[in-house]
Amino acid sequence: MTIAEDPATTSPGYKWVGTRMIRPDGFEKVTGRARFGADIKLNGMLYGHVLRSPHAHAKIVSIDTSEAEKMAGVRAVITGADFPDPSGPAGDQDLQRNVIAREKALYEGHVIAAVAAQTRAQAKAAAEAIKVVYEVLPHVMTVDEAMAPGAPLLHPKLMTKGVDPAPTEPSNVASRAVYQGGDLDLGFAESDVVVEGTFTTKPVHQGYIEPHAAVADTTPNGRTTLWCSSQGHFTMRSLSAKVLGWEPSKLKVIPAEIGGGFGGKTTIYLEPLAVRLSQKAGRPVKLVMSRDEVFRATGPASGTKIVGKLGFKNDGTMVAGELWMAYEAGAFAGSPAGAGSMTALAPYTVPNFLIEGFDVVVNKPKVAAYRAPGAPMSSFAVESLIDEAAKKLGMDPIDIRLKNAVTEGCQATYGPKFPRIGFVETLEAIKNHPNYKIPLGPNQGRGVASGFWFNAGLNSSATVHVNEDGNVIVVTGSPDIGGSRASMALMAAEEFGIDAARIQPVVGDTESVGYNDQTGGSRTTLATGAAVIEACRKVIADLRGRAAKQWDVSLDKVEWVDGQAQHVEGTQPPLSLADLAKGWNRTGGPLTASAALNARGVGSAFSTQVVDLEVDPDTGHVTVLRYLTAQDAGRAIHPSYVEGQLQGGVVQGLGWALNEEYIFDRNGKMENPGFLDYRIPVASDLPMIDTIVVEVPNPGHPYGVRGVGEVGIVPPLAAVANAVDDAVSRRIHDLPLSPVRILDAIINKDS
Amino acid sequence: MKYFAPSTVEEAAGLLAQPNTKVFAGATDVIPQIRAGRPEPEALVDLKKIDRLVSVQRTDAKWVIGAATPTARLTGNAELAAEFPGLVEAAGLIGSDQVQSRSSLGGNLCNASPAADSVPAMVVNGVRAVIATPGGGTRTLAVEDVPAGPGRTNLVPGEFVVELEVDRAPARTGDAYLRLIPRTEMDIAVVGAGVRVTLDESGTVTDARVALGAVAPTVVRVQAAEAALIGSKLDDAALAAAAAAASAACNPIDDKRGTIAYRTHVAGVLTRRAAVIAGQRAAEKNGASR
Ligand SMILES: Cc1cc2nc3c(=O)[nH]c(=O)nc-3n(C[C@H](O)[C@H](O)[C@H](O)COP(=O)(O)OP(=O)(O)OC[C@H]3O[C@@H](n4cnc5c(N)ncnc54)[C@H](O)[C@@H]3O)c2cc1C
Repeated sequence: MTIAEDPATTSPGYKWVGTRMIRPDGFEKVTGRARFGADIKLNGMLYGHVLRSPHAHAKIVSIDTSEAEKMAGVRAVITGADFPDPSGPAGDQDLQRNVIAREKALYEGHVIAAVAAQTRAQAKAAAEAIKVVYEVLPHVMTVDEAMAPGAPLLHPKLMTKGVDPAPTEPSNVASRAVYQGGDLDLGFAESDVVVEGTFTTKPVHQGYIEPHAAVADTTPNGRTTLWCSSQGHFTMRSLSAKVLGWEPSKLKVIPAEIGGGFGGKTTIYLEPLAVRLSQKAGRPVKLVMSRDEVFRATGPASGTKIVGKLGFKNDGTMVAGELWMAYEAGAFAGSPAGAGSMTALAPYTVPNFLIEGFDVVVNKPKVAAYRAPGAPMSSFAVESLIDEAAKKLGMDPIDIRLKNAVTEGCQATYGPKFPRIGFVETLEAIKNHPNYKIPLGPNQGRGVASGFWFNAGLNSSATVHVNEDGNVIVVTGSPDIGGSRASMALMAAEEFGIDAARIQPVVGDTESVGYNDQTGGSRTTLATGAAVIEACRKVIADLRGRAAKQWDVSLDKVEWVDGQAQHVEGTQPPLSLADLAKGWNRTGGPLTASAALNARGVGSAFSTQVVDLEVDPDTGHVTVLRYLTAQDAGRAIHPSYVEGQLQGGVVQGLGWALNEEYIFDRNGKMENPGFLDYRIPVASDLPMIDTIVVEVPNPGHPYGVRGVGEVGIVPPLAAVANAVDDAVSRRIHDLPLSPVRILDAIINKDS
Repeated sequence: MKYFAPSTVEEAAGLLAQPNTKVFAGATDVIPQIRAGRPEPEALVDLKKIDRLVSVQRTDAKWVIGAATPTARLTGNAELAAEFPGLVEAAGLIGSDQVQSRSSLGGNLCNASPAADSVPAMVVNGVRAVIATPGGGTRTLAVEDVPAGPGRTNLVPGEFVVELEVDRAPARTGDAYLRLIPRTEMDIAVVGAGVRVTLDESGTVTDARVALGAVAPTVVRVQAAEAALIGSKLDDAALAAAAAAASAACNPIDDKRGTIAYRTHVAGVLTRRAAVIAGQRAAEKNGASR
C-alpha cells in the first residue's frame, strides 16, 4: 500500500492511530468461539419454519392452519392475523407487510405463516401442512413492465410522489426525484460531443455468508430478549417493535457476531416472527434462514434502467448531463433511486443538468441497502458515457475526469458545497501509479472509473470505563463488521496514551449502552469513533482533576501525557492510569464517562479505480489481470482494515459487473437462489486488489476520518465495462458482462 | 433414513436388493440434493468402506480405478496423471479441495449430470464401467452408455459401479479436457470438451476421439469431429473442421447457465483447443509412452 499524504495536513505524530493491531475479536473468530446468529441455543428452545409464497403475485384467499396446529411437536403457528393491522406512516405499513403478508403475496418468498415446533423437521412438516388458497395475479418483474400503461398494480392506492400535478390514478411508480441546474438545452447546444445510451443492471444480492438468524425468548410478563445478527441491534429493536405493536423498551436485543451485512442486515425479517412464535408458545424460538430463503426473501439491490446523455466541449469540459433512471424497489416502495440521482453526477462540475429518478415497485423481494445504495448503477451509466466521450475526444480517461472533478467549494449537483475532499488526489494517485503505464497485450483492456458516496453521521453513544487495574473498557452499540473494535481501541489508546492492547472494546446490547444507529453508511469509525473520543476525553479530564486533587494543585497544573498525569513543572512524580484507578476511593469513586452525539462533519468519499483485464475473444470469458483502487479515507485509523474495505468493495463490484444477477423464470420465480448459480467471485477469480489509501483529512472529525466502507463498490461496474470496450471494442450497456453476453456482442457486433 | 456401510461388494449388492435404497460414494451430489428437497431414500449405502471401490491399480494392460475412490487420489497419482493428463485434470476440476477429498468418478458418472466434468474425458479414453449386478455377477458398459438422460442411468435397480477400467494408453497418445465456466472454479460446466489423439511417428493422427459435455441430455461422442482429425497433422483446416463438427453435434438448451447459441459456438472453440493440447501431449510422448 502507498499512503499519499497531503503534506499540508500530515498527521501530528500519532502513536496508535494508523497502526495495524491484531483485531481484538480475531482470536474468537478464528477459533470458532465467536457466536453468530445461528449459534445461540437456549434451554427448551423450539425451532421455527417459515412458509413462503410460491407465487410472485397472488391474493391470499384463505389460510387454514388447523391441520398444522394438530401435528406432532407443534407449539405455535402464526399468520399475518397474529400481528396488529398495518398502521402508521406508509413506510411502517410496508415494513409490517413485508415481514408477513396480509391481503396479498407480492413476491415469491413473501412470508405467509410460520410454525414453531420441537424439531426442525416437525416445524417444516407442519408449515407444509398449512393450506393456503391463492388467487394468482399477473406479475410485473421489470421497470419497463411495471411502468407500462395498464400494468398490473402491486398496491391499489400507490400514488406517485414528486410529480406535478399530482396523479389521480395509482401506478407502480412510488416517487420521482428530480435534481436540476442550469439550462439543459443550452448545455447540449453548446456541446461539441454528445454521448448517450440506455443502461440496465440486474438485481444483485449483498451475498453475506451468514444467513439471517433470530432467537427470541418471551417471558410471561411480556419482556422479550432477542438475539440476532444485524448491522444495528437498536434498529432491530425499534423496527421489530413497530411490527409487534410494542414500545421498543419491551424488547432487549443482544447482538450476535455478524457474518457480513453490506447493508442487507439493516432491516428485519425473522425477528418479529420469532418473538410472536415465542410469545405464543411460551418458549424460546429460533429461526434461521436457508441460503435459498436469503436469496428469495431478503434484500437484493435494485435492478435498474438508466437512460443517459452527456455533452462535452472539445477540451473535455462537461457542459450538460441528462439522466432518466428507474430503480426497482421490489415489492414495496423504497429503492435508492434518490441516492442514485444525487450521486450520479456528484463528482463533476456540470453546469447544466437534469436528473430524474423513479422508484418503481415490482414483484421481487423488497430491496435493501447495499454498499453505497443506488450509486453503483447510476455511476455505471455516467462513467461509461464519460469513457466513451474520452475516446471520442482522444483524451486520457483520467484527464477528462480531472478536467471536471469537483474540489473544495464546488457546489454538488445535489445541492451542498463540498468541504475539503480528496477526489483529485485519487485521480492523480492512479495516474502516477506504475500500474497505469503497464503495456497491454492483445485482447487486453484497461478501464478507469470514479465514484462518490456521501457517507453518514447519525447517532452514536459510547461508554468508557477504567478498570481498577488501569485497563480500559470501551462500550459502543455498533456491531463490528469490518474491524471497528480495533479502530475503537486504537482511537481510545491514542486518547489515553496507553497501549491499545490495554483497551477492551465491547459491543454492548440495547440495555448496556446508549442508543446507536446502525453500522452502515460508512459511519461507525467516524460517528461512534467520535463518541468514543469524546467519552475518553471526559475520563481524561476527570483523571486530571483527580491528580490535581491528590497533588492539591489547580487543574491547569496537570496535563495528561503518555497515559499519565504529569505536573507541568515536574514537581510531582507522575500518576499513571493504574495509580489513579487504585486510588479512586479517595478521589471520587470509579472512573467512567459516556458520550452521545448526532455526528456532524461527515466527510464524503471518492474513489478512482483502474482495471486491466483480458477477454477471451472466442468464449467471452474475462480474466481480471490487475486492479488498482485509490480512495480517500481521510485518515486510516487501522490501515489494514481500510485496505480490506477498499478491496472488499472492489470484489463485490467485480461480481456485479461480471456475473452476479437474479434470474427469474416466466412465473417470477427465482432460478438461481444459491451460490452455485448466483456467482459471487471466488478467490481464484481475482488478482491481488492493489490499494492506495489517500489521506486528505476530514476537517469534521478529530482524527480526520471519512467513512471508507461503501464508495469502493461504485466504480467497478463501469471500470470493467470500459476495460472490456478497450479490449474488444464493444461498448456493452447491460450488466452482467457474462461470457454469454460478451461473446454475443463480439459475434453480433451491431446487435 | 438408515445408513449402511458394507465392507464387500456382495454385502453391498445384498443391501441394494432392498427397495428405495441408494448407494453413495462421496455424497457430494447426494447430500446437497436431499437438502434441496429431493425425497430421502429409506436407506443409504456407503460404498467407501469397500476396499475394492477405493483403490487405484495398474497392470500391464490397464488401470483399474475403484468407483468410489476420492478424486484427490487420482490427481495425487503421478503415473496416472502422466498417462491420462486430460482425464486426471477433468477429475481435478470437480469442486474444491474439500469436495475432491470425497467426490468420485463413479458418483460423477452415475449422478448423470450432462455437465459432469470427468465423463467426456472418460469417454475419449474408452473407459469402461464394471457393474455389480443383483444376481452377484458383473457386467461391463462403456462409460458413454451409462447415462440415459439428466439424472438417469442405464443401471437397473440394485446395480452399482464397482470400478472403472481403462486400457493403457498407446504410444504417442495424448488427451485433454477443457470446460467453460463463468468463474474459475466452484462452478458447473456450461460446455465441456474432451479430446484424445494418437499420432504416428510422422505426427499424423491415426486415432481420435471427441466427446462433449453439457450440450445435450447426455455426453456426446462426435464421430464427425474425430473423422476430421484422423489423417491430419492437426493443421488449421482439420481443427476448424473438427470445431464445426462439434458445434453441429450440439443439441443444447437455453437455461440460466448459457444459451443454445453460446454453447454451440463454444463447443467448437473448446474442441479445437483441446485437440491442440492433446496433440502436443501426444507429440511429447514420442515413442516410449509408458
Ligand atoms: C461445491 C461442489 C462443487 C462441485 N463441482 C463440480 C464440478 O466442478 N464438476 C462436476 O462434474 N461436478 C461437480 N460437483 C458435483 C459432484 O461433486 C460430482 O458429481 C462428484 O463426482 C460426485 O461424486 P460423489 O462420489 O460425491 O457422488 P455421490 O453424491 O456419492 O453420488 C452421486 C450419484 O451417483 C450415485 N452413485 C455414486 N456412486 C455410485 C456407484 N459406484 N454406482 C452407482 N451409482 C453410484 C449415487 O447414488 C448418486 O445418485 C460439485 C459438487 C459440489 C458440492
